[in-house]
Amino acid sequence: MKDINEDIAWAKINKDVLKSLESPRKLYWVILAVAIAMISVAVGCEVYQYNIGMGVSNLNNPHVWGLYIATFIFWIGMSHSGTLLSAILHLMHADWRKPIYRFAEAMTTFSLMTAGLFVMVHLGRLWQFYYSLPYPNDRGLWPNFQSPLLWDAMAIFTYLSSSILFLFVGMIPDLAICRDNMHDGWRKKLYTWLSLGWEGTDRQWRNFRITYLTIACFLIPLAVSVHSIVASDFAMSQQPGWHVTSFPPYFVAGALYSGCAAIITLFIILRYTFKFEEYMTLSILKKTVRLTFAIAMIWTYLNAIEFASVWYGHDQPSKDVLIQKATGPYAPFWWGMIFCGSVVPLILAFKRFQTNIPVLLVTSLLLNLGMWLERWMIVAPTFSHGYYPWTWDHNQWPSWVQWGIVFGSFGWFTLLFMVFCKVFPSVSMYEVKEMVYHRSRAAKKLEASGLQAKGAH
Amino acid sequence: MSVTNLLENWSEFRHTHPVNDVPHDPYKWAMSIDLDACTGCNACSVACYAENNLPVVGKEKYAAGHSMHWMRIERYWPVDDTTSLEPATREFPDQGAQFLPMMCQQCEAAPCETVCPVGATNHTPDGLNSQAYNRCVGSRYCSANCPFKVRYFNWYDYPTTENVWPAEMTQQLNPDITLRSKGVMEKCTFCVQRIRAGERSVKNEGRVLKDGEVQTACQQVCPTGAITFGNLIDSESKVHQQWKAQRVELTAEEQEKDKEGESELRGYRILEELRAYPSVMYMERVRESAI
Repeated sequence: MKDINEDIAWAKINKDVLKSLESPRKLYWVILAVAIAMISVAVGCEVYQYNIGMGVSNLNNPHVWGLYIATFIFWIGMSHSGTLLSAILHLMHADWRKPIYRFAEAMTTFSLMTAGLFVMVHLGRLWQFYYSLPYPNDRGLWPNFQSPLLWDAMAIFTYLSSSILFLFVGMIPDLAICRDNMHDGWRKKLYTWLSLGWEGTDRQWRNFRITYLTIACFLIPLAVSVHSIVASDFAMSQQPGWHVTSFPPYFVAGALYSGCAAIITLFIILRYTFKFEEYMTLSILKKTVRLTFAIAMIWTYLNAIEFASVWYGHDQPSKDVLIQKATGPYAPFWWGMIFCGSVVPLILAFKRFQTNIPVLLVTSLLLNLGMWLERWMIVAPTFSHGYYPWTWDHNQWPSWVQWGIVFGSFGWFTLLFMVFCKVFPSVSMYEVKEMVYHRSRAAKKLEASGLQAKGAH
Repeated sequence: MSVTNLLENWSEFRHTHPVNDVPHDPYKWAMSIDLDACTGCNACSVACYAENNLPVVGKEKYAAGHSMHWMRIERYWPVDDTTSLEPATREFPDQGAQFLPMMCQQCEAAPCETVCPVGATNHTPDGLNSQAYNRCVGSRYCSANCPFKVRYFNWYDYPTTENVWPAEMTQQLNPDITLRSKGVMEKCTFCVQRIRAGERSVKNEGRVLKDGEVQTACQQVCPTGAITFGNLIDSESKVHQQWKAQRVELTAEEQEKDKEGESELRGYRILEELRAYPSVMYMERVRESAI
């Protein structure tokens, strides 16, 4: 099985990808409509919560954090595999990433934007959110630089702006192709403006390569640090179940895991809606699936480490929290997380399922459900069984307002993502051309050497 | 507004060890609570509502966990087996409930202070854990990191909610205290408005407050005198003498009572092993009978 057919003509690549900007399958419009409906649910819930007060979310004292924080971590996590595919695999010269990295990178940007919304939704006084940014003011007030939440705010802003830059820079040669081929209209103007006068000269290519590589190198440590910092929100606190040293790597692994699962889902959806069967091949899907499986096993291992270190440690409150997770009111969700996160990925180990699209679609959705549950199971149980006995008999569940906003966030992400894929080329044209070129040269070389070898006999 | 300014200001608020680095002078406000004297009558809690303009949220919101009692009386039943959370099998009236008044412990190394993203909660030079309502953005990280869960969030806009204070009751609201709006965190302040008023009144006389000149609302109403509040630095103060008699140290992580095993001492602080260094000493109950 080939990653890509090396006989594709360059003009055909242009034509096929540009077609995705014009005529997607009908499913595209259905997805868009559903996404907008989902967003309106969330907007309704948020308006209600904003006007009446945070109490309608059914958070209470002492359960002050809930689904908002859990879903925030989920979306931050989702953003990581875009960087993995576009930056890490770029440095490792894994060229199979080329047809799929663009949408993965877009996923990074849009899931970060979704995560940012949850910070706002969570705040009691969201109209004062800018207090947590270090902006100059005549009162001489700074935010508290000791607080992991502040590190969060800064890390996420940095990561978001860098990944937008990375997405944009990587797209410049393609935007020029769009500019040259697009009929007149607002989009032509947009491409003209965004392609920054790209002509494809040697000098431009050289500068482009250097810039792209530099941002890639900058982005990798940033991605790792962002989720480590999100983990610090918990690891740096003093609460049982949160105060765990292994949280940063555990969070990063979880982030890559949920991100890879999301890439599989979006791969399948994009492949169908934009008719990318020739570029997003099953062979590439297989490689992504194998990568996901490997990360799933790393996550499972780190999860086991966390349980073991709590179990064999002498911190009784932490142990109680762990026991409560497995046996208390949260037990169905906790075991659901173990099942979806550690058992379901075993399907991916079987070769015949690695290219089976219906199975993969269901599996990847289940994996992400597991990862979402994981975040919830990190945040919520600690509040129901903390150090202090007064918290122990509290039974608190999220209200429909919380569920509505979480539900709508998926619509928001889908809308941003789908609009992006319609307006910008979601398969990198210039890199697929490179890939085809290198593959065909390699094939010719192989053929030539094979002929020689035959001749010698 | 410069980085230098930032760094200079920083050192005023943050130091490596909050207990020792900046000595409190001339005040260090502290409390001691005698659990043997506490009858669980809830007068302290009611006084706190009146003094601090706490909203009375009503049955439904109370049941939803949205109550705002800065001072809460906790009720504990004796258990047979200390490793089990189930109540004892014997009849409850036989032994009786044990009560524990719980409010902000005004920790010296407060876990809530370090995590606030905007620095809305800070330590004052007289050892209080302050809360700036205007600065609070409502991230609720302080409550998440509080081991005692004594912080209360304004889940609704209580001052404008109907029946939080029935019509005629609005006349009794304390004018020294601001009303808190929707979305900010609040908690026990050790009746800071009384402390500040007291400090101002003795300032002209050029002296410091004497023991008993400032009382907290809960202390004032306690019928059995279980609550003692005062200046820990002042060796004449009752709270100082009680801490000394119980050999409880503000900067210690473990008190004499727990070190010695079979001891006559009763003084301890809650969750001391977390090294938050609370400013409230509890004296454990000795009587075994019901009240």
